[in-house]
Amino acid sequence: MRSICFYFQVHQPYRLRPYRFFDIGEKHDYYDDYNNQFIMQRVAEKCYLPMNQLLLDLIKEYGSAFKVSFSISGMALEQFQEYTPKVLSSFKKLAKTGNVEFLAETYAHSLSAMKDKEEFVSQVEMHTAKIEELFGQKPTTFRNTELIYSDEIGATVADMGYKVMLTEGAKHVLGWKSPNFMYANAINPNLKLLLKNYRLSDDIAFRFSEQGWAEWPLTTSKYVDWLNDIEPNEETVNLFMDYETFGEHQWENTGIFDFMKALPAKIFAETDFEFATPAELGEKLQPVSSISVPYPISWADEERDLTAWLGNDLQQEAFNKLYQLYEKIKDSNDPKIRKDWLYLQNSDHFYYMSTKWFSDGDVHKYFNPYSSPYDAFINYMNVLSDYIIRVEDGSSFDNLKEAASDLADKAGKYTKKQAKKVADKVKEINFDDIKEMSNAKVKQLLKEVDIEHIAVALKDAEKEVVEKVIPNMTKTAKKTYDDLQKELKKVKKTDIKKYRQAVEDKLKDIFG
Amino acid sequence: MRILMFGWEFPPHITGGLGTACYGLTKGLAKQDVEVIFVVPKAYGDEDQQAVRLVNASDVVFDIENKEHHEYWSKVKYMEIGSNIIPYVSPEDFSKVVEKDKKETETFTSNVFSKQYEFAGAYGTNLMEEVARYALIGSTIALKEDFDIIHAHDWLTYPAGVAAKESSGKPLVVHMHATEFDRTGENYNEIVYAMEKEGMEAADQVITVSNLTRNTVVNKYGIDPKKVVTVHNAIEQSLLKDIEEIKRNLKEKVVTFLGRITFQKGPEYFIEAAYKILQRDRNVRFVMAGSGDMLNKMIERVAALGIADRFHFTGFLKGAAVDKMFALSDVFVMPSVSEPFGLVPLEAMRINVPVVISKQSGVAEILQHALKVDFWDVEGLADAIYGLCHYDALSDTFKKYGKEEVENLKWDDAAIKVKDVYNDFMPA
Repeated sequence: MRSICFYFQVHQPYRLRPYRFFDIGEKHDYYDDYNNQFIMQRVAEKCYLPMNQLLLDLIKEYGSAFKVSFSISGMALEQFQEYTPKVLSSFKKLAKTGNVEFLAETYAHSLSAMKDKEEFVSQVEMHTAKIEELFGQKPTTFRNTELIYSDEIGATVADMGYKVMLTEGAKHVLGWKSPNFMYANAINPNLKLLLKNYRLSDDIAFRFSEQGWAEWPLTTSKYVDWLNDIEPNEETVNLFMDYETFGEHQWENTGIFDFMKALPAKIFAETDFEFATPAELGEKLQPVSSISVPYPISWADEERDLTAWLGNDLQQEAFNKLYQLYEKIKDSNDPKIRKDWLYLQNSDHFYYMSTKWFSDGDVHKYFNPYSSPYDAFINYMNVLSDYIIRVEDGSSFDNLKEAASDLADKAGKYTKKQAKKVADKVKEINFDDIKEMSNAKVKQLLKEVDIEHIAVALKDAEKEVVEKVIPNMTKTAKKTYDDLQKELKKVKKTDIKKYRQAVEDKLKDIFG
Repeated sequence: MRILMFGWEFPPHITGGLGTACYGLTKGLAKQDVEVIFVVPKAYGDEDQQAVRLVNASDVVFDIENKEHHEYWSKVKYMEIGSNIIPYVSPEDFSKVVEKDKKETETFTSNVFSKQYEFAGAYGTNLMEEVARYALIGSTIALKEDFDIIHAHDWLTYPAGVAAKESSGKPLVVHMHATEFDRTGENYNEIVYAMEKEGMEAADQVITVSNLTRNTVVNKYGIDPKKVVTVHNAIEQSLLKDIEEIKRNLKEKVVTFLGRITFQKGPEYFIEAAYKILQRDRNVRFVMAGSGDMLNKMIERVAALGIADRFHFTGFLKGAAVDKMFALSDVFVMPSVSEPFGLVPLEAMRINVPVVISKQSGVAEILQHALKVDFWDVEGLADAIYGLCHYDALSDTFKKYGKEEVENLKWDDAAIKVKDVYNDFMPA
């Protein structure tokens, strides 16, 4: 039996908000939350949810005979978690069937393979950890961003322990060879390569609804005829495409869902093909030859190269300025710096700066938030300039920690100071303060205190205190006081102190 | 003394320096007891009319069948030739205007020669036809109003000025704020050139805003130097606001270019100078604020030089954003290839931002506290910018005296000179 290998790419970027020059150094929120949520919810509604359900139904119907594979970028997974948890749980349901393989890729859907091996490896590890956590399977097949591949990238991927890798069956690489066999990496033959059959893939992904196409409308009978036309010795037909093909690039009313729903039955009935995942093919098929790709290829545009992302000066400049930061960032533990580092690496940012789409139309414009590549460049560089400041000023997390401990220190000191102040205030009310008190208060004090104590306390007291107290005495108190004066000609200093203290205590009691 | 003045715009409805200059001049003239009747193609009703009586050309009823006008009409008819001449608008506005006009063309042709016509008063594809219509209105008004001298600002109003002179027999003064060469370089529009030349030839006196412009008028238009006099522009103090100190979030020095990103303004020299400085000193940021037909090319150049992390673009700025941009700047640069006057550096100096200006700007003739370089001298430009960024004694001096200098550039003084011109034509 020969195989059909369906692989779907699922990805949504965190698009940037309009970020002005004036925001540099001031604002560090870079993402267009509203639009990202809006787009994610829309695509979920039109594509992810109905198509996942369709695949789930097919698996229920045909059991182990129907299989597909996905790579879902870390960016997309995070946005599922954030905006559309329903989508995530439907992917989990698919994972549980055992008929769905999840592939490894760079977490940020980045072009890191083109720049820094270390960063590339770390992102792949991050992604596989996330896949394992969410879907309970550890990827053994690798797929790089936009199917970007070269001999060197393949060798790195082989070193990481991957058995199979997916890439484009680019004509300029294959020459006369057919993409419908297993191939191997030119440096490390342990890495098997599955190549995209771009004709049969793009018949579905790009041409399905194109009414000017000679083969329109595409029916399952026609498609099955084409499959049967394939030479009998050819082993696998690799149909790789964006998952958004279903419902977004090709709208529901084109009949794309009906086509996919009917296709497996037709294939089972009229061909000798079965469905397989990349990992299964890795077990089953042996490479017919190695394939040499000295210069990187991708699945984009006619050229199948990297010019859509790194083709002009704007893209090169933004890309270089971003990765110049790598040395400074790699040891950072600041979660915000790390998060932005990933999000800013997303290949879509560079795609938006492409000047190719003056000629190369619609695909580039899809979900593109910018009206021109120049706008895209300016906006990205503004964001990046702010990010560079944050990175160069030392991680803001460390700053934050410092600031926090400073604040705690200050708060501690402040509390102590306040406490002392209160204490001081209580202490501060002393005997001499009587001269400052209102007559009412003095009267109140006199009511509460023994007149004898007052009399003693007033010995040696400041003149003003005496003058304050005496007029406020009642007649009887005054009389007692006057009488006492004669008796109290000689009073011990300690007694004076004692009674002074007694009066002071009373003062604190009443007014403190 | 009463002046019939023709202008194309009046604050607050302006697209460039022309309207601002007219406003300042008329206010200055009012203080010299000169009365001004100011005719604009379109009045909005919210203009400041303290100094002038504004006449809205759109309100003037004009009868094309009137025989008196036929002779003049035969002369100006060539101006009907539509042409996409848009002297001051940004390219974005340009395409909007063109788009809009495409839709309106059919109704337009019948309207513009009707008895009453609503002027757009903008710089669109209908411009030539509006100029022609405005000229006819000019001659009508000249017959109705009582005045001593006619004064027309820039080529758009010259046909009106000439028509008014012909119908009234009063002397004509034309005012050159910018020549076609300043706007377009050597690829000038011949129709516009011809209108400028004929306007100046018909005029009794030509006023230029700088000696630079005076040279152009004499050398490129062949106007008799004896009838060309320079009256430097000034700055309308009431239009300047004090800008509040704002918090700066960038620790680097900020060097700013602000203006239309077109050939005339020399943006590429600014970029090359930035590159030279950044090779030596990374603690400077450059900002190019504005838009124009050379913007994309400039972005590409910055990317190719690999300085995009220190060279920023803001797009078109207006209102508060312009103020903020100035407040954030340490140095303002105007490397214009050709600038008849150049008001923006004065605005920068007024709020304590030292400036570097090209010697090819009219304003360079009158400013002391500005560094002046040839626009093509990238090294000199870089040197000047670097100096203002790093030698505090220099920038402090410029801040201290620059503001004072600008505040002494008063329209009152310019108005006295203009009145002197008028006096030559007054009966003794």
